Amino acid sequence: MSLLDSSLWEVIKASFDPAIWKELWGPIGETLYMTVVSSLIMLVFGLLIGILLTITNPDGLVPLKASYTVSGWVINCLRSLPQMIMIILMIPVARLFFGKAYGTNACIIAIAASCIPMYARIVESSLLEIEKGKIEAAQAIGSNNLSIIFRILLPETVPSLIRGFTVSVISVLSMTALAGMFGAGGIGDIAVRYGYQRFQHDRLFACVYILIILVQLIQGIGNLVSKQILKTRNLI
Amino acid sequence: MVNEMETYLKISDLHKTFYPHGKPLKVLEGINLEVDKGEIFGIIGFSGAGKSTLARCINRLETSDSGSIELGGTDILKLSKKELLKERHRIGMIFQNFNLFDSMTVYQNIAYPLQIAGVPKAQIKDRVLETAELVGLTEKLKAHPGALSGGQKQRVGIARAIVTNPDFIISDEATSALDPQTTMQILDLLKEINRKSGITILMITHELDAIRYICNRMAVLEEGKITESGLVRDIFENPNSKTGELFAKVFKLLQNVELTSGGGI
Repeated sequence: MSLLDSSLWEVIKASFDPAIWKELWGPIGETLYMTVVSSLIMLVFGLLIGILLTITNPDGLVPLKASYTVSGWVINCLRSLPQMIMIILMIPVARLFFGKAYGTNACIIAIAASCIPMYARIVESSLLEIEKGKIEAAQAIGSNNLSIIFRILLPETVPSLIRGFTVSVISVLSMTALAGMFGAGGIGDIAVRYGYQRFQHDRLFACVYILIILVQLIQGIGNLVSKQILKTRNLI
Repeated sequence: MVNEMETYLKISDLHKTFYPHGKPLKVLEGINLEVDKGEIFGIIGFSGAGKSTLARCINRLETSDSGSIELGGTDILKLSKKELLKERHRIGMIFQNFNLFDSMTVYQNIAYPLQIAGVPKAQIKDRVLETAELVGLTEKLKAHPGALSGGQKQRVGIARAIVTNPDFIISDEATSALDPQTTMQILDLLKEINRKSGITILMITHELDAIRYICNRMAVLEEGKITESGLVRDIFENPNSKTGELFAKVFKLLQNVELTSGGGI
């Protein structure tokens, strides 16, 4: 059903038609798969790069000005690429890994490449939030840098790291929708093929509902977990 | 009087210059200081006098430019990085803002230095409980620092500083964030710890009362230099430096206020 020949109300009613939703479960699965796998890759590499950025900072634990400047510059370059261009750029890389440039797995590479630098920056800003005095106390106790990172820096900033991760997962989700345009499948693919190319706005609306629900869920879980930790620590 | 005390901390000609915005700022200009084993030694000064920098130079949280720091016979400035980490197990430090780890419970906060020092697991529990009892925190071991009052937080800070049985404690404005009553309790606690274990304490503060209450000897730090040092009593009665004079004046003024107003303000 299209908005071109039907009223908004009719399209909204049609968007709840079980026949439409039956065809959506598959794409929802693909979207969730892409979001989960990309988010995990982003978490691992984003944390790693974020930690490196924080400690090589001129005021950090292991100040390495050259490395900090170069990695900062590379990250900024990657971040200045719009997500769509990143997807196009990653096509040959995906072909190298998976032998094909389309499909969910191929797009995960592009999504990771785009979201890792962003999450690394978010991790960096979360880690820089720690009160310097805590690091100093740990140093005065005689902790080495590894203990400081894994026993003080990360645990102390966990609530903030979780909030940052939540925002980034939502960004991953929105990128999976975009990747749908480039053969990744998922909700984005449905929205483009039916909503854009065939004017079937009822299906487009259904996709919108799903995305709204997913974003609410992700944000809700993130807020809940981060709040729960703060509560355990009696900080709120 | 013959001084039979053994010198524990000996600082000679210590210099430190910072370069904020590229301009040199001399913070410590030739500090000479001797603290005896087992005493509570006070260093007083206004903000900006270089007190905290001096404190942080002693355990090398700050690298000094020149001079020497001998602590219990060890030349702190000549230690390798690895040796320094080990040496820090023997130096406790307490802070104005407590700097406790919010992610850990009180128990974990106190146990942390033991774990870092590589103390066997079986001994950690006993040592933590023993220390917690000494500072009066037995009831609070399962709480997180966020649930504690300022005084309790500083008790955790002190427990964390003494749990490894160090020979020396640096107290950097440890009571400056506390109300007068809590300050007294914390000072009493430090006094008790000093009496029981003979630990040497360096009290760095801008609070006259704190020094007068628990220190025997003190030094006045003024614009990066020690302008006078000696018995607390002598300096309060017969000050020779600007800061000392001012502090003595304030002190007398406060005494007068107390006399005329009957203690109330």
